[in-house]
Order: sequence, then C-alpha cells, then structure tokens
Amino acid sequence: MKVRHILLWLPLVLFAVLMIVVATGVIRPNTHAVRSHMTGKPVPAFTLSPMVPGKPGLSTTDFIGHGPRLLNVFGSWCVPCAAEAGELQKLKALGVPVEGVAIRDKPQDVQAFLARYGDPYDRIGDDSRARVQLAMGSSGVPESFLIDGKGRIVLQHIGAIRADDIPGIIAAWKAAQ
Amino acid sequence: MIAESGLAALWFAAALALLQVALAGLALRLRNDDMTAAIRPVAMVQGLLCAGAMACLITVFAQSDMSVRLVFENSSAVKPMLYKIAGAWGNHEGSMLLWVTILGLAGAAVALFERQLEQRTLTATLGAQAVIALGFYAFLLFASNPFARLWPPAADGQGLNPLLQDPGLALHPPTLYVGYVGLSVAFSFAVGALVTRDVGPQFARAMRPWVLGAWIFLTLGITAGSYWAYYELGWGGWWFWDPVENASLMPWLAATALLHSVSVLATRDGLRAWTVMLAVVAFSMSMIGTFLVRSGVLTSVHAFAVDPERGTFILVLLALYIGGALALFGARIGTVRQGNTFDLVSREAGLVLNNLLLSVILGIVLIGTLYPLVAQGFGVQLSVGKPFFDKTAGPIALALMLVLAVGPLLRWRRDDAQAVLGRVTIPLGVAILAAVILVLLTPRAGAMPILGLAFAAGLAVASVAPLWRRNLKRTPWFIFGMVLAHLGVAVAVAGMASDSAFTQERLTALRFGETATVGPYDVTLKGVKPVVGENWSAIAGVLIVKRGTDRPFVMEPQQRFFSTPPTTTNESAIVTRWNGQLYTVLGQQNADGRWQVRLWWKPFVTLIWIGGAMIALGGLLALIGHMRRTMKMRRRAREYDEWAEAWL
Repeated sequence: MKVRHILLWLPLVLFAVLMIVVATGVIRPNTHAVRSHMTGKPVPAFTLSPMVPGKPGLSTTDFIGHGPRLLNVFGSWCVPCAAEAGELQKLKALGVPVEGVAIRDKPQDVQAFLARYGDPYDRIGDDSRARVQLAMGSSGVPESFLIDGKGRIVLQHIGAIRADDIPGIIAAWKAAQ
Repeated sequence: MIAESGLAALWFAAALALLQVALAGLALRLRNDDMTAAIRPVAMVQGLLCAGAMACLITVFAQSDMSVRLVFENSSAVKPMLYKIAGAWGNHEGSMLLWVTILGLAGAAVALFERQLEQRTLTATLGAQAVIALGFYAFLLFASNPFARLWPPAADGQGLNPLLQDPGLALHPPTLYVGYVGLSVAFSFAVGALVTRDVGPQFARAMRPWVLGAWIFLTLGITAGSYWAYYELGWGGWWFWDPVENASLMPWLAATALLHSVSVLATRDGLRAWTVMLAVVAFSMSMIGTFLVRSGVLTSVHAFAVDPERGTFILVLLALYIGGALALFGARIGTVRQGNTFDLVSREAGLVLNNLLLSVILGIVLIGTLYPLVAQGFGVQLSVGKPFFDKTAGPIALALMLVLAVGPLLRWRRDDAQAVLGRVTIPLGVAILAAVILVLLTPRAGAMPILGLAFAAGLAVASVAPLWRRNLKRTPWFIFGMVLAHLGVAVAVAGMASDSAFTQERLTALRFGETATVGPYDVTLKGVKPVVGENWSAIAGVLIVKRGTDRPFVMEPQQRFFSTPPTTTNESAIVTRWNGQLYTVLGQQNADGRWQVRLWWKPFVTLIWIGGAMIALGGLLALIGHMRRTMKMRRRAREYDEWAEAWL
C-alpha cells in the first residue's frame, strides 16, 4: 500500500521536472558557439557520395590543401537549418567556402530545400546513416565545423549560426589562413 | 465606444468568475443550498459577457476602426471582409479573448445542461472552471488588452500575415480552441470529482460528451491544418513534425486515450485513477501546446504571433493548474475506492493496451518536441525532426492499429482467446493477402508503406466486423460512430502509406514550350502571366497538362506578392482525380531565363484527409448516440415517476 501511495505522487514529480526543463528554455539566453573536445583534432577520414545531381560529393581530401573551409551538417527536415541558411549565404558572400553534409535525407528534399532557402554549398555529401556526423562528434543538426587547410578542426559551432556569430567565425577563418 | 463596452464586459466577466470561485468554495464548505443554487446563473451570465466582449472585438475589426491598436497592427482596410473578421482572432490578444469566450460559453453550457452529476461534484467542477478562467482573464486584462486605443488613429493598418489569408486558416484556430477548451471542461470535471471523491460511472458519463466534443474538434482542426500546410506551404508534404503541429497532435493523442478509458469507466466502472489522470494530462497537453505556439521558445515553420514574455505567463498558469491538479491527484486518488477489475483477454484489456500505446506515442512526440528545449538549456539549438518521429512513432502506430482491429471484437470483462482468434481470421487473411500482392507488384515501395497498406486493409475489414450479424435498425448510433471512426483510421493510414510509397516528384527548370513528365501526366510550361488580387499581385505559370490522349487542361500555380506586410507566398495549383492529386508549384526564374517548376503526382493522397473527416464524423455519431440514449433514459425515468405517482 505504501509504495502505491508514493507512486501516486510520481506524476507531480515528472511534471515538475518537465516544468524546469521548459522554464530553463524560456529563461536562458539562446545559443553560443562552444569549444568542444573536437577542436584541434584532424577530420576523420570519410568519403560521401553526391547528395544532389550536378554537385560533387564530399571527402576528407577536399579539406587538405584548399585553404580553410566551413563544413555544415544539415538536413532538409530540420527547421533551425532553414533559419541558418541565410547566414551561411552571408558567410559565402564574405568569401568563406562552405561544404555540406546532409543527414538522413533524400535528393528531392534537399533540392527543394536549396531552391527555397538558397544554396551556399560547393559540395554536398550524402550521409544517409549519419556516420560522418557521429565520427565528427556532432550530436545534432545543424552543426558547423571550421577546418583549416591541413584538415584540422579549428572551431565547432553547435546549433544554428546566427547573425551575431558571423564575426567570430570570420575571425577564426582569417586566423586559419 | 464599442471597444470600451467590450473591455467593460470583460471586467464584469472576470468579477463574476471570482464570485463563482468564492461561491463554489463556500458552498462546498458550508453545504449551503442557496449558494449552490446561485452558481449556475453566475456561470451563464459570465459566458454571455465573454461572448459580448468577443462580439465587440469582431465589430471593431469589421469596421476597420484604426483607433484600436490591435486593429491597426493586424488588419487593413483593403482586406476582404472574411479576413477582416478572422483578423479578430488572427493575433495574440484576439486569440486569447476567443479562448476565454469559448471557455466562458463552455462553463455556461455545463451550468445549463448538466443534470446527471451529483450536485456537490458539479459545484466543484464549476469552481475549477472559474479558476481556469480567472487566470486567463488576468492575462488578458493586465498583460494583453485587446481593446487598447491608439492615439492618434492611423489611416490604414499594417495587415495580416498573408500566409494566414486563407479561408481554411480563418476557421482553423477557433476549431482547435474549441477542442482545447473542451478538454479544460474534462479537466474541471476531473478536479471536481477528486474534490468530492466521486470518481465513478456518473462522473464518466457527465464528462464523456465534453471529451468526445473536444476530440471531434481537435480531429477536424488537425485534419484541416494538415491540408492547409499541404497546399499553402508548397512543399508537397502534409505533416512536418513541426512543434506547432505537434502542439495540436499531443492533446489529440491524450484525448483519444481519454475517450476510450472514459467509456470503460462509464460502462464497466473500471480504470478510475487512470481516467482522472488522463483528463489532467489531456488539458496540460493543450496548455503546453498553447505555450509552445505562443512563446516562440521553439523554432517553427508556423511561427506567428510569438512573444516570450506572454509565453512565460502561460507557463506560470500551466504550472499552477496542472501542478495543483496533480497534487490533488496524489493526495486524493488513494482514498477513492478501487473500481471493477477485468480479465487479461477482454475489451477492457484491449482498451488499456490502446491507452498504453497512445501514451507511448504521446511520450515520443513530447520528448521529440521538447528535446531542442533541453538542448537549448545547455546552450545549443538543435532539432530532431522527421527521421526521429517517423522511425520511433511509426512502428508503435502499426502496433496500435493491431489493437484497434482486435479490440472492438473482444467482449467486456472476460473473453476466450480461442474464440477471439476465430473472429480475427478474416481481417488477418485480408492483411496478409494485401501484403503479398503489394510485395509482388511494388517490391520497391519500402517496408513501412507496405506494412501500412496491409494493416489498413486488415483494419478496414476488422472495423466493420462489429456490425456483423447485428440488427442494424436496433444498433445504437455510437456503435456506428465507432465503426466509422475506426474505418477512417484505416482510410487515413492507407493514404499516408500510399503517399510515401508511390509519390512521384519532379524538380525541373523549364523554358516556355518545354515539357516535363510526372506520373501519368505531361506538363508543358506555356508561359507566365501577371494576376492581380484584392490586396496582392502574382505571377502565374500557365501549365498545360495532358494525360495520354485525354483532353488537356490548364493549371496555374502562382507566386504571390503581398504589399502589407511585404511577403511572397507560393500558391500551389492542385488537381484532384479519383486516384490522387497532381500538385504543381511555380518557383523562381533562373538566371538563364528558365522557370523552376516543381511537380508531384501523389496517388490516393486525399485519403489522408477523407479518413480524418471520417474519424471526426464517427465521433459526431457517437456523441449524438450517447445524447439520445441519455435523453431516452431521462424520459423513461420521468414516465416511471408519473406512473408511480398515479398507481402507488
């Protein structure tokens, strides 16, 4: 009987946890780039086939000897990715080359996404099982990695890139030249 | 003057709500009959005052009174009349007023019509209803006054979000709100029953029409919203697992579970604590839904009317109401006598399994929707999206269909497993046959769509099986309602599976005169032409569509430009045939002069919304059926009383 009575309070406890989660979402300010354990490490070896017709796929060798580039992990199904698309275009316009890895996606969906939100990518790799994403130490979508010309990760940006993140990324990109 | 009258009506309504809470509390404590009797009229007048305030707001919007700030911010004198009126609730303040209006009217309806419930439980219920209303009155009057004036008055307004300028969307929010508010009434009933420890069949029968009604409106709202997203967003998809969509799906899932558990409580007096729990969960899901939509804490494709501060207010209300109800639950439910028990193979057990599976799906959707918030707590903005939901909720939905097929074929209390197997032979055979045929014909359709279609075929047969060998004339309407709703699930699932298995898509750029093929259709871009509407202008692509040797027809998808506020929308052109829809979207013009055109051929996609409508209609039949039975019982009781008076 005792246990049953304690169990009856469980919904309230769960609800309290839920409220705390939601409340922190309201109170906390939004994203910032984080320094992660991946910075300073080499990009894991991978080769991805092309995601959309007319655009090459992506492999590790593309990041060696071609100057620093931004690798953006995205998905056409991901809403923050759509929100970040404009900022990637801006980075591209400022001279930062952007490469894409599409996670669990279909060619038609990616094409529709690019047609709708713009296409900053030089290459897009098809990571249908999120293998490269996991190897890069990325936990979700979107995420971006700045990789120097020698294939080393200089900066990991978790979450959508926003307008006020751009100066920091540009600075890191210039420093990696 | 009209605006001030509306504000006054709102203040009076709030005062009456306060009175209603006080009366309920005192009546329960002092067991005073006069006070108990006074609650009903107070609730009715409160409802009327709310309706009056809403009418005032609609009037100032219809007159385009630009001296009212809300009208200036959300309307424009050059809009069509329908959207001027819909503009009244197409914004934060107005939609909150609509919410309290429906809440007030629902309270009035409970006061007017409820005759079965024990008097004290009804008093507690109306008290709980008034507490909920008070929170929203405070919100309106102190934080979002819809009647605030603008001085000096503006010449013209700033317009309504053009995406919302659509007949379907003018009616979409009110439909969902009726659903949410209906669940708030169920919540109040649950709180009332907990306060007086009166959790039994009577309480379930009083609550059932509200749950059913709310559920019908939620079903309609979700179905219509899904169709709106389908043709207005121009992405060819009908469900995006977007936070705003999930916000309407979660209360629906909880209401569906509640609908089934409440009938166990009403007919068999079982599942007492669980039903009360679900009533609380269902309303908390609708409040969490409102919070997610209003607060903007999650990024959404449907992000209109977002304001974090107001979100916080709803969050506080949510914490108070749900936290309070759950504390009451913890304290009281242990003292409620346990209801009837049942066998492992029985209708009740089937319904419990249905409830568990629905709860699991609800949990998945809740976690998937809130995961970005949790991540944000650690300073990260992420989204889990469609792949997560499809992979996790899909298989459970299939299991749910299995329960849905077998459940209605089970007897109450106890059934024989062998006999049940006999009853499901035919549906099972149909499902297997369908699966075999599909695998042979379309081996590349994918496992989930084939399973979905096969399950849908089996479910379709199983869902009409309860009518087998029944005298149809004497079958109660709610049985027909159940059959129709379950058949609707089969139809909708068949549509979803068909869409994901057989849809053909073409993304292409065409010069004038060039042709692209999608499915059985050849589509030729003949040209583009300008079109002018009441408050927009557009470029329309003229597509000549031909199927084999049939007569060609014209489709004109548009890119629409609105001036107030400046926005572009895609107006897809859709042609519906008996076997599917041809869906066309005009994109931008490329640098080389070619126009981007997106074409989809979607076989049997319309079944999704037809199924949704069938589910809602089934709910309506069940509601009418239960009401007829209640009235019949009441009449019989009266006749007995008259007979007894005359003869005994």
